[in-house]
Parts: sequence; structure tokens; C-alpha cells
Amino acid sequence: MMEKEFLKLFELFIAASVINNFVFTRFLGLCIFFGVSKKMETAIGMSITFTAVMVVSAALSWLVFFYIMIPLEITFLKIVIFIGIVAAFVQASDTIMRKISPGLYYKLGVYLALIATNCIIIAVPLINAGEKHTFIESLVFGLGSGIGFGLALTIMASIREKLELADVPRPFRGMPIAWVTTALIALAFTGFSGLITL
Amino acid sequence: MSHQHQEKVSYWAIVKNGIIKENTIFRLVISLCPAIAVTNSVKNGFLLGAAVVFVQAMVNSTVALLRNFIHPRIRIPIFMLIISGWVTVVDMLMAAYARAAYKEIGLYIQIIVAFASILARAEVFASKNKVGASFFDGIGSGLGFLVALVTISFFRELLGKGTLIGFTIVPVKPMLIMILPAGGFLVTGLLMGFFNWIDMKFYGGKGAGGVGGH
Repeated sequence: MMEKEFLKLFELFIAASVINNFVFTRFLGLCIFFGVSKKMETAIGMSITFTAVMVVSAALSWLVFFYIMIPLEITFLKIVIFIGIVAAFVQASDTIMRKISPGLYYKLGVYLALIATNCIIIAVPLINAGEKHTFIESLVFGLGSGIGFGLALTIMASIREKLELADVPRPFRGMPIAWVTTALIALAFTGFSGLITL
Repeated sequence: MSHQHQEKVSYWAIVKNGIIKENTIFRLVISLCPAIAVTNSVKNGFLLGAAVVFVQAMVNSTVALLRNFIHPRIRIPIFMLIISGWVTVVDMLMAAYARAAYKEIGLYIQIIVAFASILARAEVFASKNKVGASFFDGIGSGLGFLVALVTISFFRELLGKGTLIGFTIVPVKPMLIMILPAGGFLVTGLLMGFFNWIDMKFYGGKGAGGVGGH
């Protein structure tokens, strides 16, 4: 019984991170994906911050959704409330981080501010609520999605560092060639579809 | 656009600016997720575009209406509140009146709340201008978004399924890749490059490298 449940969570994790990868299959967080994938270092910093925020906001919003919003029958307000939770949490962690570990704050703080209005962060609670995940499932889904996003970001950053030196036709420099490259990676990721059917 | 000349700028010029010069997807390169997510058919692209036109126009009008009462230090949370309110309205309208489409693009309707383009227009234009101008700025910016989505979905549906809005146009075997996720990235990238080329060749522009926002 235990084993079966663990297997299900593992499948959810793989599905969230690789098969339904937020960037390549669900097309979320693209702006950040194209915005910060120019350098490997920033890409890694961003991935870590995002994964942490996604797991915590998944947990917070699950608690609020099931213990406050469902009993009060205000689930129609979920967009407003989830955005509020995420923004408040990001603001709080920003303040706490600045006090506790200024070194880490100066490394990641810039990105933290960007996170609050990002579709990839708000999507996690919304999908969790829509699919009626349990608490543990929500956490696993948040973690999987975050790691999947980090994977996409690091792959892209490592390609784009090389792309800087390539001789790209002028109209295609910058964004357009990054999109075409992403198309090729997405094509490779299509190979994962059908690996696990939930 | 300075304040003295504000009255002279016609509403049409404001709308045109949003569609061409400051096109959300192709020129500013923000709010990209739906550009691929919903553009595997023209119908879905148009529906989400229409939702964005509505939300942007209403958000801009509300912000312009309240701009003198909003304290500048807390303006961003207030803007977010206004945006999420109007997105909820669209979300509920769609869920009630367009159930089939809502199943496909519902998540992306809800995610309009996190579109940088909406917040950006509220901050850059509506918080400094009158209600009328702000309303038309919202319409223009939204229409620019809609035009971009319809353009991308036009190519993807035509090449990927051989149909347009559901009608068969090309009776040959279509290219499956175009309706796959990869096709969305490919078509958008190629179109961006194409518009950059036009900009460089005919208008002497530098081409949009993208600002890399949300």
C-alpha cells in the first residue's frame, strides 16, 4: 500500500518535471525563461529560488484553499487570493533573507522581486486546486515543476552561452534565434510524452 | 508623449501605437506564454486575445479613474487587486458561456493576471492619463496582442492541420510539428525574425532584441 502511493508520487514528480515540463509543454514562465537564460550563473540562481518559492507557495495556498476557501465557499476568488498569498510570501522572504543572510540576498534578491507576478508561480496553486491534489501531491507537484523549470533554464543557458559566439543572421540575433533553439529542445522533449500516463 | 501635447494625440494614434509600434509579443517581447500555449488554433488564439483586450481596457479605465486616490507607494498591490478582479470576471464569464473553449484555455485565462503587459500599461499609461485615453490605450495594447496571437495561430493551424477556424483549406497531409509545442516556438521565432528584417530593411530600425520582462 505504502509502496503504491510512493510510486504514484514518483510518477507525478516525473510527469511534472519532464513530460509536462512547464516551459516546453505547458508554455509557462517563458518570459523569465528567455529573460534570464543568457548566463549559466543567473540561470542556476533563478532555478533554486523558483523551486523554493513554488514548493512553499504550493503548501501555503493548499492550506488556505482547503481550510478557508472551501468551507467559506469562496473558491471563485482563487485568482485574487493566490496572487495575494504569493506576493505576501515573496515580500516576507525578501525581508527575512535581507536580515538573516545578506550575502544570499544580494545573489538572489534581484530575482525574488520578479517572482511575485510570474505566471509559472501562480500556475502551481491554480493547477493544484483544479486537479484537487492532496497536500503531499501538491508539494511533489510544486517540487517537480520547479526542478523541471530549472532543467529547462540550465539547458537553455548552456546553449545560449555558445550561441553568443555564433554567426547568426542579423534579424535573428537575440530573441528570434533563442525561440528557434527552444523549438528544437521542445521537439526533443516531445520524446518523453507517453512515458507515464496518469 | 508629454502632458502639454496629450490632448492633441488622437485616440486612433494611441490604438495604432499599441498594435504596431509597441506590439506586446513581437516588439516588446513580453507576456509570451499564451503566444504558444493557445495558438494551435485560430479560434483559441482569438478568444484569449479578446479576453485580454477586455481585461486591459477595463483595468486601464479603472486605474485611470482611481489614479488620484491611489497612494503611489502602494500602487502595485492595488493594481494587482484591480487586475485580478477583472480577470476573475472574465474567468467566470468564460466558464459560464463558453464551456468547451474554457476547458482548453481556462488556465491561460486565469494566468492573464500575471501578464506583465497588463500591469505595464496600467503603470506606464493609465496611472498618468485620463480615462478616455487610457481606455483606448488598453484597447490598442490588447488588440496588438490579439493580432499577434491570430497571426501565429494562422500559420500554425494552416500548416499543422491544413484548416482555418475549422474549415479545411489545404487538402494535403499537414505538418504535424506545427501544432506540437515545438511548432509554436518555431513559428513565433521565425515571425519575430521576419518582423525584425522588415524593420531593418525598410525602416532602418535596429530590430527588437526583447526586454526580457515577464
